[in-house]
Amino acid sequence: MRVSFTVNGRAETADDVWEGESLLYVLRERMGLPGSKNACEQGECGSCTVYLDGVPVCACLVAAGQAEGREVRTVEGLAEGDRLDPVQEAFVECGAVQCGFCTPGLVVQAHDLIERIPRPSDAEIREALAGNLCRCTGYEKILDAVRLAAARKAAAR
Amino acid sequence: MRMEFLRPATWAAALEAKAAMPGAAPIQGGTDMMVEINFDVHRPDALLDLNRVAELTRWTTEEDGRLRVGAGVPYTRLIDELGDRLPGLAQAARTVGSPQIRNRGTVGGNLGAASPAGDSHPPLLAGDAVIEVESAARGVRMIPAAEFYLGVKRSALRSDELIRAFWMSPASGPQYFSKVGTRNAMVIAVCSFAIALHPGERRVGTGIGSAAPTPRRAVAAEEFLAAELDWDARLDPEVLRRFGELASEAASPIDDVRGTAGYRGHAIGVMARRTLTWAWNEFRSGHPGRRAG
Repeated sequence: MRVSFTVNGRAETADDVWEGESLLYVLRERMGLPGSKNACEQGECGSCTVYLDGVPVCACLVAAGQAEGREVRTVEGLAEGDRLDPVQEAFVECGAVQCGFCTPGLVVQAHDLIERIPRPSDAEIREALAGNLCRCTGYEKILDAVRLAAARKAAAR
Repeated sequence: MRMEFLRPATWAAALEAKAAMPGAAPIQGGTDMMVEINFDVHRPDALLDLNRVAELTRWTTEEDGRLRVGAGVPYTRLIDELGDRLPGLAQAARTVGSPQIRNRGTVGGNLGAASPAGDSHPPLLAGDAVIEVESAARGVRMIPAAEFYLGVKRSALRSDELIRAFWMSPASGPQYFSKVGTRNAMVIAVCSFAIALHPGERRVGTGIGSAAPTPRRAVAAEEFLAAELDWDARLDPEVLRRFGELASEAASPIDDVRGTAGYRGHAIGVMARRTLTWAWNEFRSGHPGRRAG
């Protein structure tokens, strides 16, 4: 089947999509957007997190056909040109990235958190990131990065 | 194998599609269904996407005062918009998966899957929820939650029917949910327990999760409280003890990868006592009965 939706502000279409295919597969393998990572394929790890109509979801658990006509925003759509989003900058500066596989999902999820709660408490950060697994960092530097990004975004407002 | 993707725009069209192809699997949030497809556990004749049927994502207060909550309202919205009126269900919803899962997953999906471990089921049972299902041929059927679950992942839903909504009265007393798992997120319940006080009727509702082939009420424990609970006094420790014992006896758990039958039976008794204590403290004091930590 053919599936068309908006990705990072651009209209995209994929043909010959299998009816059981996930949004994640279409993004990565048919639209050339490999930022969202494919790891567990069962919603356990959060590394495929994308915005669907402004709400963060696991792209592996959305059937591609369900995205028809809707708006998807991936980690590739957070930066403005060459300027990284403050969440991305903070991840780099705080050493919140090691192997990098979990990073895109964490960045999108943290981005959404700060949009909803500009100055999140530590408990709110932990709760928001509870569905994103990282096996390298031990999470402490990820928490640092989210605090820093929130502080910078708040200062810029 | 070829699979179809059906995209009805209206509820009537969805019912017609389900009638024409009973093997079509409804998909709303996809948080269960897509796991099965990704791992090739289940290959339905068709996916019946309900995302376009807007009324499924709405809830209303009906003339009799009950809430009618569309099967497609995601857990996140249930918590945000109905947490004050359905506190037991909202507590259970907060324990579902992760924020991403709660943004997509729904009570309707929990009901459709009918897993004994589904987090919604115990509070639906304790709160006397009624499930509204519908078919093109026979119209609406209203099925009390207590009659909905028939076996492991089997429900009273027929192959030409879809789940439209659940109906539930706003809480008239304290409600609590407790769940045992290895961490506070991404956990399938080892076992769970829900309680709802119905002070107007001097009655207590219960629901047991993940400790029997189906979610079920602890009927003997409810009847014991209806007979023995003094609603104008402090909670009698002997009544509390016996309630836990009867709740534990109502379970018929199995050993599996998440826990043993013995552990589950014990934990149901503990959670029954805890949740009743929390609910009673709140009922007597007017303040939340569960202390932090």
